[in-house]
Amino acid sequence: MSTSAITPVPFGRRVKRIMADRPLIPLTILLVILVVILQILRPGIVNERWIANTIKFAIPLAILAGCQTMTMLTGGIDLSVGTVATMSAFIMATQIVSQDPAVAFLLAMMPAVLIGLVNGIGVGVFRVHPLIMTLGTSLIGTGCLQVYQRTVIASGAKIPDFLAWLGTGVTSGFPNALLLFVPLAALIVFTLARTGFGRLLYAVGDNERATRLSGVQYWQVITALYITSSVLAGITGLLYIGLIKAPSLSLAEPLVLPSVAAAVIGGTSIFGGRGGYTGTIIGALILTVLTTLLTILQMPEGARRILFGLIVLFVTAAYLRIVEDR
Amino acid sequence: MTTHPLLDASGVAKNYGAVAALRNASLSVLPGEVHALMGANGAGKSTLVKILTGAISANAGRILVRGEARDIRSPAAARRAGLLPVYQEPSLIPDLDVLSNLRLTGTPVEPFRAWVRELGIPDLDIRDTARDIPLAVLRVLDLARALAVEPDVLLLDEMTAALPANLAEKVLEVVRRQGDSGRAVIFISHRFVEISALCDRATVLRDGETVGVVDIVPGVEEKIVELMLGTRIVKTHVAARSASEKAAPAPARPRLAVRNLRVGTKLNDVSFDLRDGEVAGVVALEGQGQDELFSALAGSIRPSGGTIEVDGQPAKFSHPIDAIRSGIAYVPGDRAEALAMQRSVRENIALPFSAALGNWGPIPMRRERAKVLNAIKRLQIDTRAQGEVQRLSGGNQQKVTIARWIAADARTILCFDPTRGIDVGTKQEIYHLLRELAGNGKSVLFYTSELEEVQRVCDRVIVIFGGRLVDILPVEEADEPALMRAAYGLPRGVKADIGVLADPQSPSSGTIP
Repeated sequence: MSTSAITPVPFGRRVKRIMADRPLIPLTILLVILVVILQILRPGIVNERWIANTIKFAIPLAILAGCQTMTMLTGGIDLSVGTVATMSAFIMATQIVSQDPAVAFLLAMMPAVLIGLVNGIGVGVFRVHPLIMTLGTSLIGTGCLQVYQRTVIASGAKIPDFLAWLGTGVTSGFPNALLLFVPLAALIVFTLARTGFGRLLYAVGDNERATRLSGVQYWQVITALYITSSVLAGITGLLYIGLIKAPSLSLAEPLVLPSVAAAVIGGTSIFGGRGGYTGTIIGALILTVLTTLLTILQMPEGARRILFGLIVLFVTAAYLRIVEDR
Repeated sequence: MTTHPLLDASGVAKNYGAVAALRNASLSVLPGEVHALMGANGAGKSTLVKILTGAISANAGRILVRGEARDIRSPAAARRAGLLPVYQEPSLIPDLDVLSNLRLTGTPVEPFRAWVRELGIPDLDIRDTARDIPLAVLRVLDLARALAVEPDVLLLDEMTAALPANLAEKVLEVVRRQGDSGRAVIFISHRFVEISALCDRATVLRDGETVGVVDIVPGVEEKIVELMLGTRIVKTHVAARSASEKAAPAPARPRLAVRNLRVGTKLNDVSFDLRDGEVAGVVALEGQGQDELFSALAGSIRPSGGTIEVDGQPAKFSHPIDAIRSGIAYVPGDRAEALAMQRSVRENIALPFSAALGNWGPIPMRRERAKVLNAIKRLQIDTRAQGEVQRLSGGNQQKVTIARWIAADARTILCFDPTRGIDVGTKQEIYHLLRELAGNGKSVLFYTSELEEVQRVCDRVIVIFGGRLVDILPVEEADEPALMRAAYGLPRGVKADIGVLADPQSPSSGTIP
């Protein structure tokens, strides 16, 4: 601190330090750059409708990335979010045909709570690696869903009007999904920064032994965490079915790995103890804009995926270089 | 004697940065002798052994083997020169069977088997995987593996530490005979009883220097203790404490009553009281069971026997939270164990506040801030780099680990070597703080590896050796020589002959054949 006052620090170095202290700045700059590129390639594409559309598609990704952010803070990961979201969406769409909406909602959220509980106990009590644990429950969940599908095949499915309104509706330029997302995001940010539970997530990921010596019971934290993550995934599923409007057995699966990527691009360390949700939200926006960008380039699907992977790798590496430099 | 030494090391020095682990160490071992290497914690024993066996290289010095200068740069080079160590940790690869382990080091199998039988294990199956073999036997196998290649000089580091009595006896016998056959053994041990029964001479290290070579004769313990302590032998006086630092009057019921505490094989039958308003010191050589004692009191490990009473109520701790609820906080010796290094000073100090399920909700930021600032002020933590604890100096990190429990207002603090590796000024502040806590009616259990700290801080000292309680000394009698003697298992006030002392199995009587 005091040295910087005496010796003039080179401009480049100073910029780097500012970015290291405020990792949101380079992320936002990157997002703006991507939007500008898009506008140059296809002038006029960036308008009110495009923005609303981008936000609509970024929101489910951002919520699932929130699940990854929270689990990654403890050094874990939750790969079951895709299955959980799919299950809640599918059950909602099939149960609403015969049930009261409230009952259908409860039925839809049941597998989410159950899978979260199993994940939490597996990771927190039996110390199964989160990657394996959540992958396992994800496969089991998919299997159960296939069995369930046979029992409801005759009754058909429909998308509840409310969910369609929430998922796709736009009110005076703002997507209705923001009504759900803004409070949810605020809650996650507040939880991570200002509650005892949030503190413990960071501390457990940083040094589990230290938290134990301070009286923290690991299994409690982890179980609560994975249940929270699963419930968020379940809610995402309901929102997503309103957006996609076509229930299928792999509805939200394609969002799982992008959700991990969004959290990593957003600056959350997969080794735990470091990160936050605001970065993740921008990470989700970056990925969504990037997808649009690659789509309008009219490249073959294969080339698009290769480019997508390369850009994600490059962005993550560059970002870490900026932020980790001390 | 005119025989040339088998191994002759002189002027050996080793620096780690600005710290000198060894300054000027020498060691000369004659053929046919068992030579003890002695010194207090941190005197440089293990550094010297590592240099002699090629594990690390020296910055200066000369090593002669059979009169020839040898450059021992690697364990393999040491082996070729005829120097072979047996370390405290078993060195067989756990996932291989014994035979494969032997092949790995090119050890001849038949001599190995012969030695194993000789060492008192008649029924070893060398197809057994090392992982399935008990620790004590593994150590014996390590020794047999070393003996099988017939080294000129065998270095044994605390060889008998984990062995049951019958195996230890066989091992000592074999070591003794090794000397008779014209080879040499360098024997590192904290047990005078073994050294007196086994060794011919002893080299004593202090602060990285060889300060004496003595023949082992009856009554030599006093001389060795004197050498290990150096000029500090002069009886130090208890520093007069100011009135505010005086311990509060002791209440009738102890805060903590430990009775017959046992943890595995590491801690045996330890009983003592800790009263409100006192700082009780714990003194022990490395690995004598003090780690287990502190872990058991902190609820980190479950004792295998005995009782702990808190304020007269029996207590069973199955998780640190249980101990914390009873007002007992543990400050581990390793700071990296206690701190979330990437988090801020504030979060680290406030960590115990959020631990319980009921405190997971919104944090009362203002109240937390007040408590944290108060603790920071009390410990005078330098908070210029408070954003991440890892950017603080070692001394300040240590203060954070203690500040946490000041903020949480713990009634009893278990401090494990809190002053290791920190600067003198901070040490003084920590001494002062511990006295102040006692003055406020708290109780402190304070393990230290630096004997001189005892008289600065403690009211009483508990000395542990070989997992057993040797003595509880009042601070007036706990000068460094007395502590050093006790730490080596020699009871107070006895100027006894060699051989009758320090046998942990029979602390008060018994002679060595």
